[in-house]
Amino acid sequence: MDIDVFVQLMGSSLRLATPLLLACLAGLFSERAGIFDIGLDGKMLAAAFAAGAVAAVSGSAWLGLLAGIGASMALSVVHGLASITLRGNQLISGVAINFLASGMTALIGQNWFHQGGQTPQLTADSRFLGIQLPFAEGLSSVPIVGPIYSNFISGHNILVYIALLTVPLTWWILFRTRFGLRLRAVGENPGAVDTAGISVVVQRYQAVLICGLLCGISGAYLSTGMSAGFVREMTAGKGFIALAALIFAKWKPWPALGACFLFGFLEAFGIRYQGFTIAGVTVPVQFMQALPYILTVVILAGFVGKAIPPKAGGQPYVKER
Amino acid sequence: MKYLTTFVSVAALTAMAGIANAEDVNPAVIFDLGGKFDRSFNQASYEGAERFKEETGIDYREFELQSDAQREQALRKFARDGHNPVVVAGFSYGSAMETVAAEFPETDFAIIDMVVDLPNVRSVVFNEHEGSYLVGMLAAMASETGKVGFVGGMDIPLIRKFACGYVQGAKAANPDAEVFQNMTGSTGAAWNDPVKGGELAKSQIDRGADVIYHAAGGTGIGVLQAAADAGALGIGVDSNQNYIHPGQVLTSMLKRVDVAVYNAMMDVQEGNWSTGINVMGLAENGVGYAVDENNEELITPEMVEAVEAAKESIIAGDTVVHDYMKDDSCPVS
Repeated sequence: MDIDVFVQLMGSSLRLATPLLLACLAGLFSERAGIFDIGLDGKMLAAAFAAGAVAAVSGSAWLGLLAGIGASMALSVVHGLASITLRGNQLISGVAINFLASGMTALIGQNWFHQGGQTPQLTADSRFLGIQLPFAEGLSSVPIVGPIYSNFISGHNILVYIALLTVPLTWWILFRTRFGLRLRAVGENPGAVDTAGISVVVQRYQAVLICGLLCGISGAYLSTGMSAGFVREMTAGKGFIALAALIFAKWKPWPALGACFLFGFLEAFGIRYQGFTIAGVTVPVQFMQALPYILTVVILAGFVGKAIPPKAGGQPYVKER
Repeated sequence: MKYLTTFVSVAALTAMAGIANAEDVNPAVIFDLGGKFDRSFNQASYEGAERFKEETGIDYREFELQSDAQREQALRKFARDGHNPVVVAGFSYGSAMETVAAEFPETDFAIIDMVVDLPNVRSVVFNEHEGSYLVGMLAAMASETGKVGFVGGMDIPLIRKFACGYVQGAKAANPDAEVFQNMTGSTGAAWNDPVKGGELAKSQIDRGADVIYHAAGGTGIGVLQAAADAGALGIGVDSNQNYIHPGQVLTSMLKRVDVAVYNAMMDVQEGNWSTGINVMGLAENGVGYAVDENNEELITPEMVEAVEAAKESIIAGDTVVHDYMKDDSCPVS
């Protein structure tokens, strides 16, 4: 494999990893605060639809992004109400959000655009296009560094870079700020936080809203960055793969980057090397396509070690009287 | 009381049978996965049904699948409700059709892209390899790098038939042409995954392809988008897709699914219904390539000349395009 092909493969991995990464970090905020969220996929889907629809109508990708974030955060509030205020079962609330998003996007889309739940094709102005970083053209002829810079680092759309910057930002917020310490504390021992005079409810709502924000960016990336418009069920279970990556990363931001990049890489590899031949034996396409899922099982079963979720995860907090 | 109920229900049944006879044409159409508005295969069958509705004023019922499990249910539902003909577009209906058509021998069924050997079924198949051969020639002639790409939807013999015809055409126009082939997936979801389609197209463009043909239903929207974004040319399929990115879609391989749907409904209406296998190739104008105001600047007179000559030769039988589905293999790759 020569360097050009390898670099292109890495660039493709990065594009495919971006929605996973944003959703994974979204889940990280929520679960670190003790709120399990299996509704990541639903929030992404709602955001993808809102972003696609608003971008199509307004012609602005940025307005689309805002709408996507808005839709996703609205569902976050629903999840918060059900699981924080009303102390319901967090898993059931998450499942409900997934169903709600799947049905509502198709229904609203059909009534709005009459295209079977799709949004109209977006024009170049209403999408996030790849941006060439400075010197990408000039450097591309330099050996090794050139292709890496111009094909791997440069040329992606802005949301990819935002996703990458979110990783150190998440790390800094969670482990270097007072807010982060409290957020982790409500996920481990909400009683202690309450004793210290800090509201568990407010802290958890903040975490859930951040989760909505990141899912919103992730969904908008799918419909206005990676493709040009929303189609039904376009998340294709990415929210669930992000959850797997979150467990794989043991609820830590930097490992989350690694896990999501690995999943992205496997997908990109499967796309590029369909039916290639090793030592005279042709590897079936189906095997290449199943590879990410096979590896998920293998990794989770064998290599990850013990993944310990936040202690108070999944339990609604009840103040003692 | 019991007699009365029996009497009433018998009367109701007779009345219903009467209605079914009085309204002989009561067409229903079922689309395949990928959705009615995929701007490609399903949309073509929708347009055929719409044309019938416009010309005759007879409304039709339609159904969009959500999952594979609904195929048989939908067919049986329409047949039981007295719809005639029931038209389905998609190879995946084969086994469902065999079951349901045998249960309702009085109903006329039409299936597109698949052969079902029953006395009340019309099977319409297209010579996609011939149409793909022509767009393959156009692709190779338009390519500056000598490398062209193909993105298929679900990995099935029918789509390999497209691919095989395309490769043969490309090699006929330029013996040194290199053709990259990719399939999107091996399940029905592969018809509606524009993100993956775009990524596949990008990977082919990275390897040097500058014209990319798709036979992937809704997935193809992503293929055409990626080609347009990268300044390469796409080739549409089934419906005329030249308008999606004017000047960036070289041409479209037309497969007149709309004509097949329209004919099935019209033949029942006019009493010309026939069953058996109905082959639509170049000679029957069942397949072809599209030239309109969106792509006329991309297609030079020399290209048209070469393609028209090939078309004549195929119709005359002098050029034989290999059909992948005959022996499940392709002589070139």
